[in-house]
Amino acid sequence: MMGIETEFGISVPGHPHVNAMTTSSAVVTSYSGIAVGDRRGRARWDFEEESPLRDARGFDMSRAEADPSQLTDEELGLANLILTNGARLYVDHAHPEYSTPEVTNPRDAVLWDRAGQEIMAEAAAAATREGPFTIQLYKNNTDNKGASYGTHENYLMRRTTPFSDIVRDLTPFFVTRQVFTGAGRVGIGQDGRGTGFQLSQRADFFEVEVGLETTLKRPIINTRDEPHADPERYRRLHVIVGDANLCEAATYLKLGSTSLVLALIEESALGEDLVLADPVREMHLVSHDPTLRHRMSLRDGRTMTAIEMQRIYLERASALAEKLAVAEVDPQTVDVLTRWQAVLDDLETDPRLASDRVDWVAKLGLLEGYRRRDGLDWDAARLQLVDLQYSDIRPDRGLALRLEAAGRLQRITSPEEVADAMERPPNDTRAYFRGECLRRYGDAVAAASWDSVIFDIPGHDALQRVPTLEPVRGTRDHVGHLLDAAASAAELLDALRER
Amino acid sequence: MSTQGSEGQRRATRPEQEDVEVALPAGSAQRDALDADVDAILDEIDEVLEENAEDFVKSFVQKGGE
Repeated sequence: MMGIETEFGISVPGHPHVNAMTTSSAVVTSYSGIAVGDRRGRARWDFEEESPLRDARGFDMSRAEADPSQLTDEELGLANLILTNGARLYVDHAHPEYSTPEVTNPRDAVLWDRAGQEIMAEAAAAATREGPFTIQLYKNNTDNKGASYGTHENYLMRRTTPFSDIVRDLTPFFVTRQVFTGAGRVGIGQDGRGTGFQLSQRADFFEVEVGLETTLKRPIINTRDEPHADPERYRRLHVIVGDANLCEAATYLKLGSTSLVLALIEESALGEDLVLADPVREMHLVSHDPTLRHRMSLRDGRTMTAIEMQRIYLERASALAEKLAVAEVDPQTVDVLTRWQAVLDDLETDPRLASDRVDWVAKLGLLEGYRRRDGLDWDAARLQLVDLQYSDIRPDRGLALRLEAAGRLQRITSPEEVADAMERPPNDTRAYFRGECLRRYGDAVAAASWDSVIFDIPGHDALQRVPTLEPVRGTRDHVGHLLDAAASAAELLDALRER
Repeated sequence: MSTQGSEGQRRATRPEQEDVEVALPAGSAQRDALDADVDAILDEIDEVLEENAEDFVKSFVQKGGE
């Protein structure tokens, strides 16, 4: 089970000093305006189960020690919605953010992530129509002036897997997966002042190997331990190293390959120590080398390129899939393995061969085109604009979306299924229960969160809280018939009590 | 899960098989063709790029997030 959270860059051209919290709230509120009309979402977020200061290594950070930016569970009076597709749309710090509903596979992650991108585009257009300013949103991760904002992946893992195994075996994967997950960036260093191009928006913002923070001293492996599920059984691995991808094929392979590596770790099937001598430094060096020839140093004295290391993970994942005979039961795993191999082959032969699947390659193709045609140096403002506007989410202005429309970036979803996913939840996780309760009985839902739906039923003084702590329950198979038989929320709660 | 639309431009092969479709030589004729191809998309992008690149990029200032 997995999901993606995306913070969008927000800009009001011509009015750089407008408060970003206000404009972000305007975007989210505008969507609730659209949504209230057709009941796509209106419940407020329920914070009861949130514990962002819990650490996977086993201790809690006290609130006095925490930086105020880490206290995401305090209601700050900012817009915070839950949608009928089971997603959360809200303001996090000074950015509008969308969290997909929980999904069971990488393709669904792409689908509900794309739905979120379209929801944000609609919301920004509505806020622009209704408000005094033009509000533009960017699916990127840095302003190139020192600020970074995240695109976080979440993976449900077994609690029994030792966290030290995750740190050991996942860190080298995260350092090297940027060869196909990087979204590309003009500028080197956190403030982007160094000239040149690098693979990743995010790499330069990582400073330590393991830690709890997401906003300062960012760690390659984040230890936030807030499973939003039964903590005895599950861990939610919170992955903060990733770039926001515009190309759907890149998002798909990012989630798909990472899921397979997590399966390797859960099965203790990597079988090889790939620990890097200095992972943080290698993460920067791999990102800074678009030729992909940089040789990393391993702790055991070996050296290898990022592609060579990725091939080891791919081989082990293929072997595990074969051993578990997943080909018959899960064609998506076979598809991910096939694409993973193809992209590594292409990147090794000539990275430009992957320009239809890898964001940094597509972006670099445009940038090199401008450099050649117009004789621009890497510090030219126009190249920085191309970098930024690549991630503009307006279909007519966003460069990645233009490339996609021209058939130059692989799309995985269809517009029709995205339109559907903007309104409907996935069928096969608890997001189904959350989203369908909102869609069917929106007036009676007082609040909701990942692990609860809270009803306000006429005639009851107290709010009725339905916990959804088990992520694989509350599916259509599990509760669809109850929802279909209940004409009202009151009837639904009666039926749930009888079970 | 559905494989609809997810095969991309490449036929699905078993992961253990060699992929034989990728051997594009990066010769100079190929490069010229690629350049012409990129120029076509640049012409299109020129029309939608924000005006006054320097001011636009300079005023894109974000607060940190996460």
